[in-house]
Amino acid sequence: MAVMTEGNLSGAAATAAAVGAITRAKRIDIVVAACGVVIMVMAMGLLLTLIGDLAIRGLGRIDYQFLTSFPSRRPENAGILSAWVGSILVMLTTAVLAIPIGVLAGLYLEEYARKNWISNLIEINVANLAGVPSIIYGLLALGLFVYGLNLGKTILVAGMTLGLLILPIVIVSTREAIRSIPLIVKEAAYGLGADKWQVMWHYIIPAARPGILTGAIVGLSRAIGETAPIITIGALTFIAFLPPPPITDSFPFISFAWLHDQFTVLPIQMFNWVSRPQEGFHINAAATGVVLMVLTLALNGMAIYIRYRLRRSVRN
Amino acid sequence: MPNTIAADRPSDTLPPPLRPEPESAPLRATIENFNFYYADGFHAIRNVSMPILDRQVTALIGPSGCGKSTLLRALNRMHDLYPGNRYEGRITLLPEGTNLIGREMDPVMVRLRIGMVFQKPNPFPKSIYENVAAGLRVRGISDRRVIDEAVEIALRRAAIWDETKDRLHKSAYELSGGQQQRLCIARALAPNPEILLLDEPTSALDPIATAKIEELIDEIGKETTVVIVTHNMQQASRISARTAFMYLGELIEFGETSQIFTNPRHPRTEHYITGRYG
Repeated sequence: MAVMTEGNLSGAAATAAAVGAITRAKRIDIVVAACGVVIMVMAMGLLLTLIGDLAIRGLGRIDYQFLTSFPSRRPENAGILSAWVGSILVMLTTAVLAIPIGVLAGLYLEEYARKNWISNLIEINVANLAGVPSIIYGLLALGLFVYGLNLGKTILVAGMTLGLLILPIVIVSTREAIRSIPLIVKEAAYGLGADKWQVMWHYIIPAARPGILTGAIVGLSRAIGETAPIITIGALTFIAFLPPPPITDSFPFISFAWLHDQFTVLPIQMFNWVSRPQEGFHINAAATGVVLMVLTLALNGMAIYIRYRLRRSVRN
Repeated sequence: MPNTIAADRPSDTLPPPLRPEPESAPLRATIENFNFYYADGFHAIRNVSMPILDRQVTALIGPSGCGKSTLLRALNRMHDLYPGNRYEGRITLLPEGTNLIGREMDPVMVRLRIGMVFQKPNPFPKSIYENVAAGLRVRGISDRRVIDEAVEIALRRAAIWDETKDRLHKSAYELSGGQQQRLCIARALAPNPEILLLDEPTSALDPIATAKIEELIDEIGKETTVVIVTHNMQQASRISARTAFMYLGELIEFGETSQIFTNPRHPRTEHYITGRYG
C-alpha cells in the first residue's frame, strides 16, 4: 500500500497500528458473517423441513375429490369444499371492508388532519392496534357484533373482525406510501390550481397505489391464516353445505344472502382435523395446510407482481 | 468571497431602500406594503411595494435567503399549503382590482389564474400529453378536441412541440432535464394564466438547456406577464424589462433592468451586481 512507504518513524508506526486495526476488523467481519450464515441456514432449514414434512404427508391427498367434498366422519371421504369457499368469501368481505376504510383513514391522517395532540393520540393508537393479539379482536367481535348487534356467527361478522384486524396494517402502509411522494409533485398539482380532493384523487392516490396495494395484500395474507378470532366468534367446524350463490337467476340477479350464512375457513378445518385421533384426518390436515400455504404464497406473489407492474407503468 | 456587509441590517449604515417610482407602462398587478411571516414567526418579507408590468418580464434578484422566492410563492398563495403562514398588505390583480391575499380570496382561485414553474423540473408520472392537459382537466375541461388544441398550442409556445409531437403519449420521464422543464412551462401555459411565475427555472439545468429556456421566456414575455426569480444576474439582465433587488426581506431597489445593472442608485444594489456579496 502507498501509505506504508511514508518516511518518518512515527508515521510508519501509526500506519502499522492502522493496519493492525484493519486486520482485526476484517477478522471480526468474517466471524459475524459466518455466524449469520449458520443461523440463517438453521432457520431456513427448520422452515423448509416443516413445509417439506407438510408437503410429503399432505400433497398426495390433494385431488379433485378432496377439493370438492364436504367434511365427513370418514377421513377418506372428507374434503375442504366448504372451508376454501368460506375462506375466499371471508377474504372478499374483509378486503371490501378494510381497504377503503384503511386507505381513507390513512389519507385523512396524512393529508387532512391537523397535527395536534388528538392526531398524535390516534397515531399512537393505530400503531399499537397493529400489535394487539388477534384473539382480543375475536372477543371484541363476539361481544359487539355477535351478541351486541345480534349479527350471528356469519361470514359478514368474520369479514368485519378480520377487517378490523388488518385495518392498522392498511392504514400504516397507506400513510407510508403517501409520505414517500415527493413534495414537488404535490406542489406542481396545487400550483395548477387543483383543489385538495383533485390532488388526492388524481395525483396522491395513483402515485401511492403500489404501496397501498402491497399493504392491503400483506394484511389479507395475514387474515387468511388467522384462526383465533374466527374460533372466538364461533365459526362451525363441520359445514356440509355451501352459502347461497351471489348470482341468482331472478331479479335483481345479485344476492348478498351469503353474507348472513354460517361458514368455516381453512385454518379451522385444519385445526379440527389435527385434534382428531385417526391418522387419516392428520393427513387431511396436512393437505389443508398445503392448500392454505399455496393460497398465502399466491396472495404474496400477487402483491409483488402488482407492485412491479405499477412501478413499471409509473416509470414508462 | 468578502461577505461582511451581508451580516448587518440594511438600515444600519446604508441609506434606506428606495421606493419604486410610479410606472408609466400598463400594470398587471401591484404589491403594496406586503409583509410575510412564516409559521415559526420569521418575518421573511418586510414592507415590499412594487408594480408588475403587463406583458413584460419582471425579475426578482438578490442573495440566497433574501425572500425573493417567498415573495414569488405569495403571488399564487403557495404558502397556504402549510399552516400558520401569514400575509399582510395587499397584492392587487389588475385591471379588475382583486386582492389576491384577501381573507375572502380562495387560494385555489388564485392558482387557477396564476401559473407557476418550479426550481426543479417536476413533471407528473404521466404521459407528455397528460402533463400538459393536467391544468385543463383540473378546470373540468374534458372535450378531446379542445384539449388536443390547447396541448399543441402550449407545447409550441414552450418550444418543445417538435421534440415531442411524435411521442405525446410516452412518459414525461423519458425527456431530458431541460425538456422536462420546458414541458413544465407548457403545462403552466396551457390554461392561459394571467401571470406566469418562474422560480429559478434554470438552476438545475446545464448552460445549453438554460439558453433555450431564456430564449423561450423572452418569447413568452411578449404575450404573458412573467415574474421570474433568478440567482443569475446575467439571466435577469438578458430577459427582463424590470428588475427588483431584494435583500434580507426588503425591496432595496426597483427599476428598469438596464438602469439597475448599469446605474444602480442604491449602494447595496451596486455592491450586489458588482459581485461584492451574494
